[in-house]
Amino acid sequence: MPDIKFGTSLPTDSEKKAVDETIESHGPVTLEITERLVYAGRQRTQERRHLLLPALHALQHTSGWISPGGLDYVCRVLEIPPAEAYGVATFYHLFSSQPPSGDQILHVCNDIACSLNGANDLIDALKKEGHETKPSPCLGQCERGPAVFVQRIASQDTVVFDADLKHIGKFLTENSEKESIKLPQAGSDSLRLLTRVGVLDPNSLEDYQSHGGYEALKKALEMGDEQIIEEVSKSGLRGRGGAAFPTGVKWKAVADEKGRAHHLVCNADESEPGTFKDRVLMENDPFALIESMTIAGLAIGAEKGWIYIRGEYPIARQRLTAAIGKTRKSGLLGDNILGSGRKFDIEIRSGAGAYICGEETALFNSIEGFRGEPRNKPPFPTTNGLFNEPTAVNNVETLANIPRIILNGGETFAAEGTDQSSGTRLFCLSGRVALPGLYEFEFGATLGEILDAAGGFSGPGTLKAILLGGAAGSFVTPESIDLPLTFEDTREAGVALGSGVIMAFSDEDELTKTVLRIAEFFRDESCGQCVPCRVGTVRQEELLIRIADKNPVEADISLFDDLASVMSDASICGLGHTAASAIRSALNLGLLETQ
Amino acid sequence: MSEPAKNPSETLVEITLNDKKISAPEGSTILDACKQANIDTPTLCWAENLTPVNVCRVCVVEVEGSRALVPSCSRPIEEGMVISTDSERVNTSRRMVLELLASSVELDRADKEIRGWITSYGSNPDRMGNSSEIKTSKQPVKIQDDLYVRDYERCILCYKCVEACGDDAQHTFAIATAGRGFEARISTEFDAELPDSACVYCGNCIGVCPTGALVFKTEHDMREENSWDPDNQKVTETICGFCGVGCNLELHTQDEKIVKVTSPSDHSVTEGHLCIKGRFGWQHAHPEN
Repeated sequence: MPDIKFGTSLPTDSEKKAVDETIESHGPVTLEITERLVYAGRQRTQERRHLLLPALHALQHTSGWISPGGLDYVCRVLEIPPAEAYGVATFYHLFSSQPPSGDQILHVCNDIACSLNGANDLIDALKKEGHETKPSPCLGQCERGPAVFVQRIASQDTVVFDADLKHIGKFLTENSEKESIKLPQAGSDSLRLLTRVGVLDPNSLEDYQSHGGYEALKKALEMGDEQIIEEVSKSGLRGRGGAAFPTGVKWKAVADEKGRAHHLVCNADESEPGTFKDRVLMENDPFALIESMTIAGLAIGAEKGWIYIRGEYPIARQRLTAAIGKTRKSGLLGDNILGSGRKFDIEIRSGAGAYICGEETALFNSIEGFRGEPRNKPPFPTTNGLFNEPTAVNNVETLANIPRIILNGGETFAAEGTDQSSGTRLFCLSGRVALPGLYEFEFGATLGEILDAAGGFSGPGTLKAILLGGAAGSFVTPESIDLPLTFEDTREAGVALGSGVIMAFSDEDELTKTVLRIAEFFRDESCGQCVPCRVGTVRQEELLIRIADKNPVEADISLFDDLASVMSDASICGLGHTAASAIRSALNLGLLETQ
Repeated sequence: MSEPAKNPSETLVEITLNDKKISAPEGSTILDACKQANIDTPTLCWAENLTPVNVCRVCVVEVEGSRALVPSCSRPIEEGMVISTDSERVNTSRRMVLELLASSVELDRADKEIRGWITSYGSNPDRMGNSSEIKTSKQPVKIQDDLYVRDYERCILCYKCVEACGDDAQHTFAIATAGRGFEARISTEFDAELPDSACVYCGNCIGVCPTGALVFKTEHDMREENSWDPDNQKVTETICGFCGVGCNLELHTQDEKIVKVTSPSDHSVTEGHLCIKGRFGWQHAHPEN
């Protein structure tokens, strides 16, 4: 037996049962007897450690917290040192280390978009009614906020949105039944990724197939792996998660790593404030993601695909889980896909409230049962990814383009959009626009055209600023209205396209508060691993609070510049690299100047 | 141990370091190459007897073709790499890392060279604001037994103690990082008291702590009564007599009394790590204690 000291607290019967069931549902746990029996630390093992996150979810769901007895039981079953498991549990916002006071916790989004719609008043109102309420970072419901993620004990989590402060009593019960999707461009023949959204029944495989579903997989199986990658390379498809890396190059790099198991990871941890595109795709067209992942898995030679989905997306998780079950039954996933003899299967892993886990290497650590701390790169995921094996990580929207590339060919796809930005792009419109929601445009559309499609500016006062790319992006003023939102044009303009966020603000909005909320977001979401980000995000927020009601003096600006430099130059990952970018743009544009 | 083997047949890699071409053995890190070229590089979380975790970011250097700065402690050199260790960006980042730490953590008992870097890089932690108005790690000292003192307001989260307790040395895993962001801290499970945790009191965490956050109780007590005087301490090398392994011990004595025991980190048997007997089994030498 490994030499690990466990505690003496005992689990409750329901905790024990929940943990046992969770672990069993992942198949038999095999413990390979090796020379080294200590399964912990930085020694990566696939055998048990990766079940830690699902087991913690089971505990939280059953008892409403991670109790000492429950945690100790998990540690015994999985042979994990209790101090390490405690370190993992305390990393995530959705795991509580205090016993619950009721049977649910309301996580109320008061991030930038929802706070424009009265989120902070909603928090006060819900507290007054006696609910256990916690302010939350962006819940990805920006087009219909304020929104609440209802984390329940022993029953299904849910999300309620469109809160009406006048009817707060009925809001929690009535709005949870509301059907979700309102697509502003519904029915438009310019849609590519969104054609089936709101049209088909997301729970019906037959409905998906009658809308052209699984034609691409059939064709892909005939084409062969190399040809798939060839078409994707020709399409010029670039990642839609924010980094814009060419998908074909990534896939080829993984496919070329011979001799080791490969993984496909779908990054569905959509947490960039203002972003909700992947949620809409997963909730309303779940089979499309599964088909796309299957094609990707075949192409890169992975037999295992993972969907890492944020814990605050319960509907998407339920629908994808159901869809995976149905496709498995129909032979579209599993050991013999469509009779081809090829293997591919998908496992869903839920995040637990940590923006940082959208960073690909933090995501690997999170799946593997470690703290979601990013790894230093290089080595890159294509050679040393999940479980240290070659891994392709793709965003949901990126993958959603694959069936069309297979069916119509890479060149047809490349002909859409511009030279360097092929295809279409999803844009998440929120804030002061008439029709907030998810929009799809061929690359090349200008910021103004997109705003016009959303009914233009709406609200008190006049349009003052637009936040592009989320909290990690940058503010622009109405002067940038003619900027085409392509990868190349935004890069040249020194702004970020990021995850497709377009959030409009009026001159009557308190932009100082918005900027402070962004600073608070990064402070809360920093993993704490590296000094520049752990301390830098705190000092950045303190500085902004100090200068919030007065114009900054030279010393303030030089301190901000130094903080921004060390975070962007010396942090380990993208969170630190971009933690000052939106704030810097707001300062540069004079958006915070007091009159 | 981490010194590159001096084997003439070893493949050499040519790099440009601060405009000078040098060759270093394949597999060396940039930090190894800097040492070879006698370039002083500050490090906090790196130690020769631990796996690099590259979290403190004070050793960053500029590598041509890389957008962000690169941690020299963990990045292996590559043929043709062009490295700069004293550019403005490098100096700003190093100065700021030290400034950020010094503004949030008590560093008066940190290793001498750390305090030296704070001065030489021109860090000015005071400009972050009045220490009563900004977030710091201020907290009470943890004294839960007769051997260890954990003074976490001096902790810079370099992860060295976690590594020494874990699979870099002791394989006990009594402590890990808990919490997140600025609230991240070194902790036992549910912050259990050390005697109730998995801790075996090998003292290896104390051995690697660079800031005095983890100290022997003897040292802590002497510091409290102002009698701790490293300048008047003598180091005597000996070999531990408790078992047959043959660990090298360095007995630190002050006024003819043992006040602390360490082991050299380049020693082939211990790599700087000991067990409870070697580390604390000297107390019978001073029976009045």
